[in-house]
Amino acid sequence: MSVTPDLLPATAEIFVLIMTCIILVVDTFTPEKYRASSYILTQGTLLGALLITIGLYTEQSIVTFHNTFILDPLASMLKGIIYIVVFAVLIYSKHFLQQHKMFKGEYFVLMLASVLGMMVMVSAYSFVTLYLGLELLSLSLYAMIAMQDQAKSAPEAAMKYFVLGAMASGLLLYGMSMIYGATGTLHLAEIQTNILDKFETHSLLLSFGLVFIIVAVAFKLGAVPFHMWVPDVYHGAPTAVTIFIGSAPKIAAFAMLFRLLVDGLESLHTSWQDILIILAILSMAVGNIIAIAQTNIKRMLAYSTVAHVGFILLGILSVSQSGYSASMFYTITYTIMAVGGFGMVLLLSHKGFDAERISDFKGLSTRAPWFAVMMMIFMFSMAGVPPFLGFWAKLLVLKAVVVEADMVWLAAIAVFFSIIGIFYYLRIIKFMFFDKAEDSEHLTITQGMAVTMSINGVVVLLLGLYPGILLTYCVQAITHVIQ
Amino acid sequence: MLDLLYSLTSFLPESLQTIIIILVKIAVLLIPLLLGVAYLTYAERKIIGYMQVRIGPNRVGPRGWLQPIADAVKLMFKEIVIPNFANKFLFLLAPVLSIGTALAAWAVVPFNAELVLADVNAGLLYILAMTSVGVYGVIIAGWASNSKYAMLSALRASAQIVSYEIAMGFALVGVLMASRSLNLGDIVIGQSGGIYHWYLLPLFPLFVVYFISGVAETNRAPFDVAEGESEIVAGFHVEYSGMAFSIFFLAEYANMILISMLASLMFLGGWLSPFEGIEIIQNSSLAFIGTASIGWLLAKAAFLLLLFLWFRATFPRYRYDQIMRLGWKVFIPITIVWIFVIGLMYYWQIGPWFTH
Amino acid sequence: MTEAIIFYLFSTVAVVSALMMISVRNPVRAAFYLVLSFFASAIIWLLLQAEFLAIVLVLVYVGAVMVLFLFVVMMLDLNIVEKESGFTRYFPIGIMLAAITFFSIYYVLGQKESGMDVFQSQPLSTAASHVEGYSNTKELGKLLYSEYVYAFEIAAMLLLVAIVAAISLTYRRRPKTRHQNPDLQVSARHEDRIRIVKIPVEERK
Repeated sequence: MSVTPDLLPATAEIFVLIMTCIILVVDTFTPEKYRASSYILTQGTLLGALLITIGLYTEQSIVTFHNTFILDPLASMLKGIIYIVVFAVLIYSKHFLQQHKMFKGEYFVLMLASVLGMMVMVSAYSFVTLYLGLELLSLSLYAMIAMQDQAKSAPEAAMKYFVLGAMASGLLLYGMSMIYGATGTLHLAEIQTNILDKFETHSLLLSFGLVFIIVAVAFKLGAVPFHMWVPDVYHGAPTAVTIFIGSAPKIAAFAMLFRLLVDGLESLHTSWQDILIILAILSMAVGNIIAIAQTNIKRMLAYSTVAHVGFILLGILSVSQSGYSASMFYTITYTIMAVGGFGMVLLLSHKGFDAERISDFKGLSTRAPWFAVMMMIFMFSMAGVPPFLGFWAKLLVLKAVVVEADMVWLAAIAVFFSIIGIFYYLRIIKFMFFDKAEDSEHLTITQGMAVTMSINGVVVLLLGLYPGILLTYCVQAITHVIQ
Repeated sequence: MLDLLYSLTSFLPESLQTIIIILVKIAVLLIPLLLGVAYLTYAERKIIGYMQVRIGPNRVGPRGWLQPIADAVKLMFKEIVIPNFANKFLFLLAPVLSIGTALAAWAVVPFNAELVLADVNAGLLYILAMTSVGVYGVIIAGWASNSKYAMLSALRASAQIVSYEIAMGFALVGVLMASRSLNLGDIVIGQSGGIYHWYLLPLFPLFVVYFISGVAETNRAPFDVAEGESEIVAGFHVEYSGMAFSIFFLAEYANMILISMLASLMFLGGWLSPFEGIEIIQNSSLAFIGTASIGWLLAKAAFLLLLFLWFRATFPRYRYDQIMRLGWKVFIPITIVWIFVIGLMYYWQIGPWFTH
Repeated sequence: MTEAIIFYLFSTVAVVSALMMISVRNPVRAAFYLVLSFFASAIIWLLLQAEFLAIVLVLVYVGAVMVLFLFVVMMLDLNIVEKESGFTRYFPIGIMLAAITFFSIYYVLGQKESGMDVFQSQPLSTAASHVEGYSNTKELGKLLYSEYVYAFEIAAMLLLVAIVAAISLTYRRRPKTRHQNPDLQVSARHEDRIRIVKIPVEERK
């Protein structure tokens, strides 16, 4: 037994951890007017972690810390995207944070801690680390939601999220302990090898554990019928936090789903496939239909998230390499679009006014034509209109369902609900371009925000024109893991 | 002695015999301890008296030597008044918890290399656990008395004890790192080799923190806001009288002796002689001062007890927020930094303490 | 024999006090019952020769967590729980959940290859006996800092986040409070405190 494990693969995690502590200390001793230094340090940390992760990129899977940590192309890639997304999130939310008295060091510390939690989840190779990463992420999120003192809705949302999240964690642990009881190990790789022989004698126990785990993951993703928290939390949280919850953690949740179901329990796919089918259909149906009735943009986007989660599950349940990579592609594209969509909500809000109603988008084309075009791109992309990014994501997932899983009926259902979904995305576009503005206040858009928003929109457009760039990496990452 | 006891009780079944022998051992430990407590109160009054240019108790017996006995007799015959609407069970349980934990902690205290009631591996942790449980006596007393003053005092005391427990625990981590053992006997043996080998030198800040935290933990002056005569009459035991009151008193003094004993065991070499290994002394007729004996331990503990009394005579009482500030903002950082320093000393194998 | 007596005695205490803890009306008493339950569990741990865990349970939960908990409960003065209305209404659901939990735990432990069956074949006293000089604390430390070091560090981070979260959520800066600065107090000199003013003597008119 080697005493000192190989620390090199975890350099990015260690870097983020150390920087979090440094920011915590530096912020304590910085006077109020230099508060931006914490912001800059946080952004620097994300960039540094990105560089480290790129530097450590390997084609192999490196396992360290006694089989509890894995660095493979999947982990590197997802981590890289997480940094970039959080970087953009911070730029979007800076102005909002300053106006709502949330521009505090604790906010950045909690944000970096949740990033660390996501990194741990993405790189987890045992139940223990997976669970701890999830808790680190969730705990930071609860606190971030509740941080705004003035708004009454924020603590309520935080409380709701906390109670339900704690229950989901409990279910997850319960499921894990059952699988541990059956296989006698916590390491995903060993579970994968052990599980087939154990299935004969412990089938009931394993299925129980599997159900508990899927329920917990479905909760974290926000799949129906475990989606109740999503709209309330998205709505109640300060918009700057909503954009964060709605983006990067989805990547981590995808990683968790992938590590658990594919890395650990793929042999049980006959059992989990059926459960995922039900979850996926329900999510697409409920998400798309209820979203139509929403007047609040944050709630609408929340239900749209639920619908997108249904599509992400479609890819996984096809149990194939192309399905997994389609699912991964979908998650990443969704995150990029969601950041843009919520970013627009932040962009429209100004002092004392949160642009939370969908009608606040009325007449945006006259007030800020360039950003109206950006929002149009995001909405078209989310709706799945070609040639935008979202279209390819949907197409790939559906292809996997049809070709690999041979479930044409499921694909038909998915197409049906996404056509319903187009309605509410188009409604926003109609509001922006064909209606008169209700709010005449001049929009203050910071330069950083404008640049990031433009890049974000252009990325969605360009990747839509050349989806191969991102897709190749997704396929590569998945192929390496599956082997 | 033990053999005699075994042969005397040999007619009994084995389990009963073990229990009897353990009980006898406990009695042998506790009787001197309680006598010590009694005479500590006398010493306190005398010493503080002299410091304040008074005479102190001098009426009962020659030079007042029988004063503690008289006090005990008086307290025993006083009525125990139970306040109206007080929770009777908890009210009476509180002093029992106080004295129980105070005495239970003594189980693992070694008096020399062989003389220890229970040679537990995790002795240090056990003592920490027992002293932290002792706070329940105070809390329950304060709550069950159905009195505002007692309640306020219980809150003060519990916050104070919990805060100082942290600093104390960290100080013990330092000792643990230096000795690489949680067993008190092993900790003392790790310091053998004369005064230079005691942990006092490398762990000096921890010693200071430990001892002051000990003063705070026992609610002694200058940290006695829990009693705070001037504000909350007498704190958590304001409603207690007679024997119930005196049990709290006993517990407090037993804890003082315990803290002094532990500090001498962990930092001052316990029963080891400071002149160990000096050849001139070993070869002279004074060889006995160069050898380890229980006398050294008692002498060191007595000196530390004197410090307790000295503090009480000289320092004004801390204000409550100052107590908290000292505990959280001064002691805890000091201990954390020093633990790091110990790690470095360990790494570079500094002095006789960290070479293996 | 002795072990069995001790085990049954303290497990009864643990179970009964746990039941009392949830059924007693007065929150302070409920907290005390919880303390008792912790104690009994610690003793059961001692029976298994896990002295480190037993002592740490007492030290952390009884000595620190419950003290703070009592502190809060006493401050709030919630003498009587207001209504018991929910209890009877949710009782059947609670019982059902408890039953499901019980049976699934029973099922997990009853599995032949779950690793738990080794304890059934051996009497309690030999199940966990160790060689002379075995230190529970040392072994746990070795495991935590080698095999589980990654998880251990993340757990530490989790605690740090909990502290930061709790403080940032509850701390409100009150601009009107006046603080003392001990450094200033200590470094005060008499020149700063007293100003001697020379007033010229006025002639009586």
